[in-house]
Amino acid sequence: MKSQLGADEARTLLEAQINGELPDERGRFGPFGGRYIPETLVPAFERLEEGVRRYLHDQEFQHDYRRELREWVGRPTALSHAPQLSKRWGTDVWLKREDLAHTGAHKINNAIGQALLAKRLGVKRVIAETGAGQHGVASAAACARVGLPCTVYMGAVDIERQAPNVDRMHRLGAEVVAVETGDKTLRAAIDEALRNWVTDPSGIYYLLGSAVGAHPYPYLVRELQSVIGLEARQQMIDQAGGLPDVAFACVGGGSNAIGLFYPLLADDIELIGVEAGGTGDGLGENAATLATGTPGVLQGSYTMILQDDDGQVQETHSISAGLDYSGVGPEHALLQATGRVKYISASDDESLAALEELCETEGILTALETSHAYAAARKWSQKNPGKRVLIGNSGRGDKDMPTLTKYPARIRTHARA
Amino acid sequence: MPAHERLTAAIVAANDNNRPALVPFITAGYPEPGEFVNTLKSIAKVGDVIELGIPFSDPMADGMTIQRSSYVALQEGVSLEWIFNELEMAGVLGTPLVMMSYLNPLLAFGYERLAERARATGVCAFIVPDLPYEECEELRQALEKEGLGLIQLVTPATPRERLKMLCNASRGFVYAVTITGITGGDVGLPDDLADYLDDVAAVSEVPVCAGFGIRGPDDVANVAQHAAGAIVGSALVEVLEEGGDPKVFLRTLGGK
Repeated sequence: MKSQLGADEARTLLEAQINGELPDERGRFGPFGGRYIPETLVPAFERLEEGVRRYLHDQEFQHDYRRELREWVGRPTALSHAPQLSKRWGTDVWLKREDLAHTGAHKINNAIGQALLAKRLGVKRVIAETGAGQHGVASAAACARVGLPCTVYMGAVDIERQAPNVDRMHRLGAEVVAVETGDKTLRAAIDEALRNWVTDPSGIYYLLGSAVGAHPYPYLVRELQSVIGLEARQQMIDQAGGLPDVAFACVGGGSNAIGLFYPLLADDIELIGVEAGGTGDGLGENAATLATGTPGVLQGSYTMILQDDDGQVQETHSISAGLDYSGVGPEHALLQATGRVKYISASDDESLAALEELCETEGILTALETSHAYAAARKWSQKNPGKRVLIGNSGRGDKDMPTLTKYPARIRTHARA
Repeated sequence: MPAHERLTAAIVAANDNNRPALVPFITAGYPEPGEFVNTLKSIAKVGDVIELGIPFSDPMADGMTIQRSSYVALQEGVSLEWIFNELEMAGVLGTPLVMMSYLNPLLAFGYERLAERARATGVCAFIVPDLPYEECEELRQALEKEGLGLIQLVTPATPRERLKMLCNASRGFVYAVTITGITGGDVGLPDDLADYLDDVAAVSEVPVCAGFGIRGPDDVANVAQHAAGAIVGSALVEVLEEGGDPKVFLRTLGGK
């Protein structure tokens, strides 16, 4: 299968993407995407696709969805100017505050939308996977809200590093299943959720948390997350006096990034996705899928993945559980191939330092995932003084306290330096 | 004759002897890569067709047993390249081989090279559990050039029109998944299995082999009334896991 694009083809595909024509009827974003699933799951995906077609842009559904976003999620979320950070960096920095959304991250936009869809599809229960636990918490909350039982699959490694979120899920009425197979992180959790879905495809709704996987998930999640970029665009015009020169978002599976970027594609804004650079460039030392990966099929989609020469998917490393994933949403693979979005990475250390700096300057404890976007924006600012910078502040960092307490010495050293 | 027809012929030959074709599945190189060729030769004496599982890091359609065996084989360095080299050394087995692989290792290997090496090493067809019909054209064509088949899977939930389409596209045999679940599950075969298998057989021109949940002689006998062959996967891998003799186990299920 091809993955390189000629200049003309790239232009045509970008235009189609801006015009809302992607994915195509086969679930493709140019060469990427598609639906690589076991035959046992085909009826489930067809039912889901039919449901998405019928309800997602239906007036009544949209009415309910928007009301829940407004009254329960707390949207629109604020756009905050960051005066201290701006002074330090020499740029004009604005933050789209998804950390202020209910349950503390952008994940809720997708979770409540899909929970409403699940309700309409008449399923008996909902299953979800989670990495950092944010999507698990959002799913548990959304399911409680619409009145559906929820089971969350979570890698055993993630359960350990995200203990507060596990407790939150339990309190929100969800069952949490520890996944002990494979890499025991997000990838294994998705596999396990899919295995469970196969056992009762008509009674179960699988609430996937990122813009990854087989069609229609990358499309569905993008549509539900685009509220981030739509709001931010208008808020920049209203509050900052114009669109930003650049926008940054962290990328794991890529749902908050596609939500922020998609409504900005037609604008003259440099878009930069920031992946987890981990501890180094070697295979297994990071989760920088777009920056260092190669094309392949993982969990239902043809996209960029971290793999060895034999096509075996590699385990990843990141200090942030939410970015610790060997694949990435297929629409990001296309945005990279067309050159519309640039994907770079920030290391564990750079991200920790950025987290600390944001705490000190703006009084915001951001998520470790989000910190990667700050680390990259900080570097960019040094070379582009005076520019207007938008950062997708995708979530809050309270959940990361167990990880952060392991790094007190390093952080203090940095703060003095 | 194209390789996939040899596969069909082996199944028909078993049926001509008034017994179902026995299709043992093993994860290639498990539990000991050094024992792979011996294990293969041993089960080739009992099985009518051998299904070889290519280890993959994300076996999403498999249950615990095959996941575990896949993981161990990968740790031991088993790769598609290694498997082809071993098959070359093993020489002619006299029993047709089918490879079961998730798509990504095949993509990484390259479809043309894959088809050439497969044909040269006695592989007659491929089963790719994460490649639904809608996405299979490129691989199907590459395999066909070398006379190899792409075996389609059908399930009890497959609608009638789709069932016809899949059976029509399948070469060698049709893989009828008996349960809506994953391999190696605890649940027994469903009660309406007979009707389902009869339905598949009615629309399929190639033989129908039933797989998933076939663990013992009773299951094989149960399936034999309504399908041309029985695929035995997790139960056999468990025997290997416990250090048992696969040939002895397979003999209890029938075979040649």
